[in-house]
Amino acid sequence: MADVLVVGELKNGELKKISKELTSAGRKIADSIGGKVHTVIITDNVDAFASDLKAVGADTVIGANLGEFSPEGYANGIFAIIQEKKPAVVLIPHSAQGKEYSARVAIKANAGIVADAVGLSVDGGKVVAKKPIYSGKAYANFKVTSDIQIFTVRANSQEVTPKDGAGAVEKSGASAGEVRTKSLSKDLSGGNKVQLADASIIVSGGRGIKGPENWPIIQDLADTLGAALGASRATVDAGWISHSHQVGQTGKTVSPNCYIACGISGAIQHLAGMGSSKYIVAINKDGDAPIFKVATYGVVADLFEVVPALTSEFKKVLG
Amino acid sequence: MKIVVLVKQVPDTETNIKVGDKSINEAGVKWIISPYDEFAIEEGIRIREKSGGEVIAVSLGPDRAVEALRTAYAMGVDRAVHVKVDDYVTFDSTYTSELLANLIKAENADVVIGGRQSIDTDSSQVVVQIAERLNVPHVAMALKLEFDGNKVTATREIEGGTEVVETSAPLAVTAQKGLNEPRYPSLKGIMSAKKKPVDVKKPEELGATGSKLEVVSLEPPPPRIAGRKLEAADAQGFASQLVKALREEAKVI
Repeated sequence: MADVLVVGELKNGELKKISKELTSAGRKIADSIGGKVHTVIITDNVDAFASDLKAVGADTVIGANLGEFSPEGYANGIFAIIQEKKPAVVLIPHSAQGKEYSARVAIKANAGIVADAVGLSVDGGKVVAKKPIYSGKAYANFKVTSDIQIFTVRANSQEVTPKDGAGAVEKSGASAGEVRTKSLSKDLSGGNKVQLADASIIVSGGRGIKGPENWPIIQDLADTLGAALGASRATVDAGWISHSHQVGQTGKTVSPNCYIACGISGAIQHLAGMGSSKYIVAINKDGDAPIFKVATYGVVADLFEVVPALTSEFKKVLG
Repeated sequence: MKIVVLVKQVPDTETNIKVGDKSINEAGVKWIISPYDEFAIEEGIRIREKSGGEVIAVSLGPDRAVEALRTAYAMGVDRAVHVKVDDYVTFDSTYTSELLANLIKAENADVVIGGRQSIDTDSSQVVVQIAERLNVPHVAMALKLEFDGNKVTATREIEGGTEVVETSAPLAVTAQKGLNEPRYPSLKGIMSAKKKPVDVKKPEELGATGSKLEVVSLEPPPPRIAGRKLEAADAQGFASQLVKALREEAKVI
């Protein structure tokens, strides 16, 4: 058997889109190498997600009750499921959590791993994973030569295709086991309403916004679109916004469907973090700014006039 | 305390990358220490300054990786070890982590610190894999580290905010921007770093089982969809054109 094990992710009890993206990608791989797709959701309420995952090709939807996130606990639990299902391929989100526990899973499973894949295909029964390297200035294609092949996959990089799977529900007895790092407290007050890493739309501000008092102009557009708020390094270094919003080499790498850059010149470090966005809109007064070299739609104009106009126009059409 | 800091040499972000079949053309590439690893070196030195002990910088890579170790010396580490391998092996995190874990095991280190990711492969794998191989806990994306004997309290970045965790040494840590402000090497440090010894280890001495990755090919990035600058008389004109383009052409909003 050459089964595919997908690990999904929840956010505030809701299925993240990446769970469907990876189940869909897993279905394509399984159809090509002849196996089943098992999607694991870390929850004690797996029944709530079965039909959504079945509709994108899951043969089995497995609920694993591993409690609060801990990288060790998730790694222990997911490894136990790997031992039971013996998949040939394991797909894990390249999310904050996924990139952390996947490293431990790879070692436990004695498997090779390709992290941050944006493309998955099959050649000679093995998965070929494509990933950007050197800040997106090159792409590499890798095969994993061990029996189990593990991949962490970037959000928004895989199509969701409806395809019916058996959708049988299983409850796993896997447990978190020994966890040696104890969480004392969490502070989620400084964060984004919508997370950058898996946002499908991001509205970002750069030095062109002139000062922290002008963030509401950018935030209004983001709120109107249900988008995450991003920021360039210059604005973070100037203390205008917290580092958790930074997009770029020393911030977050993102791949949204649409990236709206407001007053961002487009330094190479910024492009390294958002260059794989599907559509890029640049709004900047300086028509020579490097951001226009990657922008699908360029607007050479004053963001203080264009962004509010854009917000009210979107409000009209989106109701 | 014995602290190992992991230092990877990567191409400078501004460097032009020419893609070959399975490797890049290194002519003209400027090499730097991966920026997050600078936070790791600085933190290692700070822990030693507080608690005493020794900081060992370890770099895995081809001959040129020694330059990164000289910089680490100039910043103030006590020893340097070069694990000499072909550069493209460093794509394989499990192979890399096995070599490094075996080295660290022999050193019996209390703390291993590396960057949260290297900026050439962006995989975020090696340090946590080392933690698993050494059977120790880890703290990823550390913003603050405090030691009280073996007890460790750390603040780390999580999705949407920060988390305070408690664990114990021996442990592995990945450094996030904000952990500290890396010092500049002094001129005196740079001069004396040139003469300091670098211990060279070959993979066969470290007993790794081999690579689990095959580089199929490298390729240039996919071409971007041809962009266009919109033309409009005023802000309202730009706004309505953009909304139309994003909704009807790109169909993303």
